[in-house]
Amino acid sequence: MTEQNARAQDSIKLAKRLTLIAVGMFVFAVGVLPPMYDVICDITGLNGKTANEADSAESAVVQEERLITVQFLADTDPAMPWDFKPVERSIKVHPGEIRKVDFHVHNRDAQWLVGQAIPSVTPSQASPYFKKTECFCFAQQELQGGDAMNMPLIFYIDPDLPKNVTTITLSYKLFNITEKVQQESKRVATTTP
Amino acid sequence: MSEHTLDHHAHDHHDDHEHHHGPAKGIKRWLFATNHKDIGAMYLWFSFTMFMLGGFMAMIIRAELMYPGLQLVDPNFFNQMTTTHGLIMVFGAVMPGFVGLANYMVPMMLGAPDMALPRLNNWSFWLLPFAFSLLIIAIIKAFLGIADAPNFGWTFYAPLSTKYGPESTDFFIFSVHMMGISSIMGAVNVIVTIFNLRAPGMTLMKMPLFVWTWLITAFLLIAVMPVLAGAVTMMLTDRHFGTSFFDAAGGGDPVLFQHVFWFFGHPEVYIMILPAFGVVSAIIPTFARKPLFGYASMVYATASIAFLSFVVWAHHMFTVGLPLAGNLFYMYMTMLIAVPTGVKVFNWVATMWRGSMTFEVPMLFAIAFVILFTIGGFSGLMLAITPVDQQYHDTYFVVAHFHYVLVTGAVFSIIAGVYYWLPKWTGRMYSEFWGKIHFWSSLLSVNLLFFPMHFVGLAGMPRRYSDYALQFADFNWWISIGGFWFGLSQLILLKILIDVCFRKKGAQATSEVWEGAEGLEWTLPSPAPYHSFTTPPLVK
Repeated sequence: MTEQNARAQDSIKLAKRLTLIAVGMFVFAVGVLPPMYDVICDITGLNGKTANEADSAESAVVQEERLITVQFLADTDPAMPWDFKPVERSIKVHPGEIRKVDFHVHNRDAQWLVGQAIPSVTPSQASPYFKKTECFCFAQQELQGGDAMNMPLIFYIDPDLPKNVTTITLSYKLFNITEKVQQESKRVATTTP
Repeated sequence: MSEHTLDHHAHDHHDDHEHHHGPAKGIKRWLFATNHKDIGAMYLWFSFTMFMLGGFMAMIIRAELMYPGLQLVDPNFFNQMTTTHGLIMVFGAVMPGFVGLANYMVPMMLGAPDMALPRLNNWSFWLLPFAFSLLIIAIIKAFLGIADAPNFGWTFYAPLSTKYGPESTDFFIFSVHMMGISSIMGAVNVIVTIFNLRAPGMTLMKMPLFVWTWLITAFLLIAVMPVLAGAVTMMLTDRHFGTSFFDAAGGGDPVLFQHVFWFFGHPEVYIMILPAFGVVSAIIPTFARKPLFGYASMVYATASIAFLSFVVWAHHMFTVGLPLAGNLFYMYMTMLIAVPTGVKVFNWVATMWRGSMTFEVPMLFAIAFVILFTIGGFSGLMLAITPVDQQYHDTYFVVAHFHYVLVTGAVFSIIAGVYYWLPKWTGRMYSEFWGKIHFWSSLLSVNLLFFPMHFVGLAGMPRRYSDYALQFADFNWWISIGGFWFGLSQLILLKILIDVCFRKKGAQATSEVWEGAEGLEWTLPSPAPYHSFTTPPLVK
């Protein structure tokens, strides 16, 4: 009788431990995996994302003998009624050379809208070497209804860029974040007396 | 119930003089079931019902694809059928089928009186009908044209399932939560039973291979079902609570979804195949009348496959733009899995080598498993090669591959197991004639159904579309014929099961049932008594 009780106790103890592992895996999936993914992507450029902050325009040595083709793509989310396109679709640059390019936006809507551009570099291998000293993607962009403007991007390519990369494509996607911004400001207005 | 059965440890006999030990009457027997045989039977019938329902959706898919152009359904409904067919077959048919086999057989194979946690067992099962009701409500609404069922593919990639998912996606999310809880509790029960309730003398390395494969599967379930729950939870918060895990606009990344999903998804495919290895490893020695060749290597191979399954997930993502080093790593790791899998295939062949083989229905299905699963393994090796995969990705070649491993692999092994143990469960032999008809009909039709998919896939026919280019028309007509034929063949299985289980037809089975069968379950009378091994047997 006591032997059976002891065995039942053992069973419940083991079951609890196994359940704890399951709970731990859930926490791992929601709480650890996404931040870990972001860190790994920051370091390696795995998902083609470039840095969210400006890089310093250190005076890198310009490699005159290498010429890299940089292509620009710009498109908008279906919920964003802006025209968005690069002024130049493709340019050739030497690694280390600092260049400025413009992207043109035009708000087709009558409303004031806020947009956020998300960059992505292909091949992703090149993304850590694509240095932006100034970019419209670092901040939210606002346009009154019907307005248009040119948004600047100043960048250079790190001369350490792997030799096999000859073409880099920088793609921007513009998202409509007006609602999020309004909700945010409403919350700030209500929480600050 | 477990305390009851344990109380009678001291008694020599369990059933004659303890009348309150028999099953309860009527619906209560099933609602309040704590007996592993009752719960196992419910799992198996649930699995068969879902198999029929998922099969019905496959029939709609094949009817639409029989001819080029759109004839029966619109593309959105077609997508809902492919999505729910996949979800129901994976989570409703294959996984509960194996859990049912485990419930029925693991205690009997170990000489245990029941599962270690019988009440938890009841809950594990009864969550499933509710989980699937949520999903099926969405499907019924789709049939009635009221609302869309999930339509984003069974892999439910974000943002298709987050930003663009229909309202029923939330039903789907809670359904996955519930089936996840059910699977985890089932796995906990299997592990506790195996660690705590083995008969004296039953050391780990004496356990039947089916028990071994289930022990490893249970650990896989505990490790990855919570990750799936995490993925759908993040979907839920992205959809309704303003987070941006998978939304690029808010700083998230849809590719993260694929990493999380396949971190669950790849071990999941082994969850669906490891118990199949166990079933086949039980059947082949019986009908070859030789002990299993290389028992220890089988155990280590299973453990190696389970370990490797955690480091190959990105081979599902060769086209998302992984760096070269990543592509190479996942390619080599994936190819490495062929080594322990090859060990298993060679061991089965070596077990049959110079054995006194007979070809009863379970053996026929087991041999078909070995051959056809290996074909699926080979196409898997082709898909493992990164540059090749970039061409094959999302074509019918992939569909052919995973149907070979899941239908002629997992499903064939469940059917083989059902034929093998059915006389032990019911005490009656099924009709060998109808069983053979079922086998040959299934074998021919399943190959007509899935083999030409390799060809159309290599020629570039993409998966998940309701229409295709005209040059694929002839093959698709044959594939559909194979599909209807395979679907109808399963009605023979239904007839056999009704005959044996309900119409009580068939000769009385002996306790050994099969001439060459070894293992504790064959020492019990057929049908196995409601309470078996209340006194643990001594294993030498």
